[in-house]
Amino acid sequence: MTRAAPILEIRDLLKTFGAVVAAKDINIDISRGEIVGIIGANGAGKTCFVNMVTGYLSPTSGSITFEGVELVGKGPREVTHAGISRSFQVSQVFHSMTVAENLRIALAIAENRGVNALRIMESDALEAKCNDVLKRYKLEDYRDMTVSVLSQGIRKLLDIAMAVVSEPRILLLDEPTSGISVEEKFDFMDVVMGALKEDNVTVLFVEHDMEIVERYVSRVLAFYQGEIIADMSPDKALADDKVQEFVIGKRH
Amino acid sequence: MLRDTTSKVVLFGGIAIILLGAMMPNWIVNQLMFGFSRALAILGLLVLWRTGLVSFGHAFYFGLGAYTVAIVDIQLGVTDVFVRLLGGAIIAGFAGFVIGFIMRNYRDIFFAMLNTAISMVLYGIIVKTESLGSTDGFAISLPTIFGIAPETKYPLFVIITMIAMISALAVNFYLKTTVGRLTTPIRDNEIRVEYLGFSVAHAIHLKYTISAVLAGGAGALMAMSLGQVDPDSMINWTVSGELVFITILSGPGNVIAPFIGSLVFEVLRTYAFELAPQAWQLIVGATFLTIIFFLPGGIWSLIAKLGRKNS
Repeated sequence: MTRAAPILEIRDLLKTFGAVVAAKDINIDISRGEIVGIIGANGAGKTCFVNMVTGYLSPTSGSITFEGVELVGKGPREVTHAGISRSFQVSQVFHSMTVAENLRIALAIAENRGVNALRIMESDALEAKCNDVLKRYKLEDYRDMTVSVLSQGIRKLLDIAMAVVSEPRILLLDEPTSGISVEEKFDFMDVVMGALKEDNVTVLFVEHDMEIVERYVSRVLAFYQGEIIADMSPDKALADDKVQEFVIGKRH
Repeated sequence: MLRDTTSKVVLFGGIAIILLGAMMPNWIVNQLMFGFSRALAILGLLVLWRTGLVSFGHAFYFGLGAYTVAIVDIQLGVTDVFVRLLGGAIIAGFAGFVIGFIMRNYRDIFFAMLNTAISMVLYGIIVKTESLGSTDGFAISLPTIFGIAPETKYPLFVIITMIAMISALAVNFYLKTTVGRLTTPIRDNEIRVEYLGFSVAHAIHLKYTISAVLAGGAGALMAMSLGQVDPDSMINWTVSGELVFITILSGPGNVIAPFIGSLVFEVLRTYAFELAPQAWQLIVGATFLTIIFFLPGGIWSLIAKLGRKNS
């Protein structure tokens, strides 16, 4: 399959913590519109990879280029400004505020950078956008509820919705379905992927659940001991011997 | 959405107090001047407190403002109330801006105590320096207003009340802006704020500088109201503690709260001292405990509750 010109190019990425090698020889091109699943056992380097792309960790060496801009050395805020957002394995939201307040803050920050941050936050346009996000992420019923009383699934939805309001070109989701019941996981992912498809966002998500991977992604990156051992379509990846042995855990 | 009536209450309440002040005895006018002056510093602490930051050292900026008034009076002969006020606020604000580069990196007890440490350095310098008045401090000449020396304190009271109103309105506006709203979000989750694209350090730095400007202005107004400055009543750590006490007493709910809390504190301290000159702190301490146990949101939470009941 021929891919479009990459928007994210990662070359020779290496991350070490003392003697521990968390990532090495990572070379990836991500094209616009791809939905990429990142799989691997615990400690394989998936979250480390996400943290490096989103500026939380600085790689030991290598380069991460997004739309021609080098991201290595940039922090989370600058990476967000560049057009890459993320959600977290443990949802990172404002727990003592309501769902709507969380979204209003996210929207206001996205719209009012620099000196514009001294503008009054309330406006009809902001409220309309907030309502739109609430609707698209099926959060309307929780609008005025404080986040601390909500279930993990709703918090995750909010976390993703907040990451998307800045209109990123790439979104990285770290284990979006962790903590969500088996019965709810497809409904949850349908809401998320449906909303993201409307926004035409390139998505990379870390996932342990192979049913989710099979159903939603167009490409799989399999990690093992900090290296990529497979970069292929989901059907091929899930049938691959190395993936079977080192990721899924089935021995031949 | 609830309509914000704070601006109206500040405007009409302030005008009413100014008019009533003309009929009040001097001692009440004095109490109001002290209360409103101190409330400016509380207003700054409110901004920090909402962000989860408590400073136990804002007497540093309060004292800087007060001593700026004394020094420009004695060294330069400046008597104009507005020049003195601006001088105090600008010097304290500049110091806050510079020190803010350090403070924005600290949280919790480290933030609180680092502020205390800095204020005690200034306290130590002033106490040991004869040319800065040492432990005795300075007497300050009566302020003039555009070259006119008022015969009573009422004009100064009017100016202080108007400055209090302007400050409350300005902070109220600030708290509605995007950066002003970044109080609870920063307290709840700094990582998310950064990933939304806003610098937590910049937001805290701005809040800290605002609080320093307000505390400096408060010190300048207090110095002119009292007619003197000395390290124990302007810079000592007990002054910082007093400011934190009034902040908790007031509650962070509204920009009007610091003015109410500050006046309640003035009345409380005056009557506690009259009732038990040797043990007035006992009464103040007991009140503090009562507030923490029964009104953790401060006096404002009670007012807000009563307001909701009546609406």
